[in-house]
Amino acid sequence: MDDESDRVEDVEARLLLEGIEQVYGYDFRDYADASIRRRLAHWLAESPFDTLSQAQSSLLRDSKIFLSLLSGLTVNVTEMFRDPPFFKALREQVVPFLKTYPFVKIWHAGCATGEEAYSMAILLNEEGMAGRYRMYATDIDEAVLATAAEGVVPLAEMQKFTRNYQNSGGTASFADYYTARYGRALLAADLKKSIVFAPHNLTADGEFGEMNLVLCRNVMIYFKPSLKERCLKLFDASLVPGGFLCLGMKESLERRAIGASYQELLPTLRIYRKRYA
Amino acid sequence: MLERKFRLVVIGVSSGGVQALKRLLGALPADFPLPLAIVQHISPDAGDGMARLLEEFCAIRVKEADEQERIVAGTAYLAPPNYHLQVERGGLLSLAADGYVSYARPSVDVLFESAAAAFGRTLIGVVLTGANADGARGLKKIKDAGGLAIVQDPADAFAREMPAAALAATGPDYLLPLADIAVTLLRLAAAAQPGKKVADV
Ligand SMILES: C[S@@+](CC[C@H](N)C(=O)[O-])C[C@H]1O[C@@H](n2cnc3c(N)ncnc32)[C@H](O)[C@@H]1O
Repeated sequence: MDDESDRVEDVEARLLLEGIEQVYGYDFRDYADASIRRRLAHWLAESPFDTLSQAQSSLLRDSKIFLSLLSGLTVNVTEMFRDPPFFKALREQVVPFLKTYPFVKIWHAGCATGEEAYSMAILLNEEGMAGRYRMYATDIDEAVLATAAEGVVPLAEMQKFTRNYQNSGGTASFADYYTARYGRALLAADLKKSIVFAPHNLTADGEFGEMNLVLCRNVMIYFKPSLKERCLKLFDASLVPGGFLCLGMKESLERRAIGASYQELLPTLRIYRKRYA
Repeated sequence: MLERKFRLVVIGVSSGGVQALKRLLGALPADFPLPLAIVQHISPDAGDGMARLLEEFCAIRVKEADEQERIVAGTAYLAPPNYHLQVERGGLLSLAADGYVSYARPSVDVLFESAAAAFGRTLIGVVLTGANADGARGLKKIKDAGGLAIVQDPADAFAREMPAAALAATGPDYLLPLADIAVTLLRLAAAAQPGKKVADV
């Protein structure tokens, strides 16, 4: 067998993703293969089916079964104040610019269970911006959005989140932001006052207008270069001149089409500012 | 089939890894004809110090892997702390922020399984010292896909569990002390170059 020739599993996966796109409109065809392959294999192992071909007719005909695959295909791992140096830079270098506006709009694309959006709310409130921002926190996966809207995180994570918060320059006592209950941490209700959680699919849906800050962290690393380019155009179209774009710590605008219109605010922290001209 | 063309080496290593990689990568010449992708278990907060240390020490190029970076010969790519490293078809690297796999992130199994699917029989997988079982499942996948497996002799390893688990999972083509792995890689890689043949591969 030729090494670049398709194994049966690859053919099956491609046919299935094609079918899913046509039946449900979710397009995973431009996601990087290695991750998709691993997740399909994982889902298959937990399912009653032996092969993807065997699973295909059930997946295409029964939307409940499809939903179980959908949440298997998306990776929802997230943290509060993930990458503390990044949040520290947001607080110290970006917020001063945001404060010059009477009101700012922020888009978290791929917000998962919401930890990143809640972290941002804490940060902005501490910096005196309460009531002066609206956050749109979106994801393709409606199951995680439901969790996000609840504002509940596993209590076991709180120790780590507290450390992250402190390392990111937090100025208050983190314990004041949640109440522990039945092994879960209920985040303070006023944090979600200015957050709108909504479904949005980066492969299909349009831009959000007039954003001052767009965060899309650890989402596009799962995309092939072509899809990543498309998403970056979408973010560019959503941002006002002088607005900020934040990517994950291992993502960059190097060699990207929109790169020339952006200036890297701080090296290695992946905070970019859209140029005025 | 006697003559084989290899196109990529993947290496998994855990405790004792810095020393092991220094010796292994340090013994490869600058014109080593294959790329190498490496998962070394590392603390989530570690920076890219490890890659820079090895880069200084080695004749081949050593760097932390960037997302969607194309692999080239004579270069070793290390998984960044806190991200899984994968190899895509066509030789692009990709990163993943998934949860832990085999209790690790980066995980050797993730690298090996992705590389086995993308490179099949043109892949060489190497399991070195380590105190856990990550890499065992991946090395078996490499063998199943027709690739070649090298395991460091557990008796020779700083921590024996990882090579021992790999041995239990699959029969390697070579079971070697660390000191012999670089020469073996060189010999196998020579077959990747036109004009050179290796009879006993
Ligand atoms: C690893 S999480 C990142 C969460 C958060 N931004 C962070 O960095 O901690 C990736 C999220 O992207 C979402 N996602 C994947 N594909 C998407 C798409 N096409 N459109 C919108 N969201 C998507 C997943 O559902 C998942 O919740």
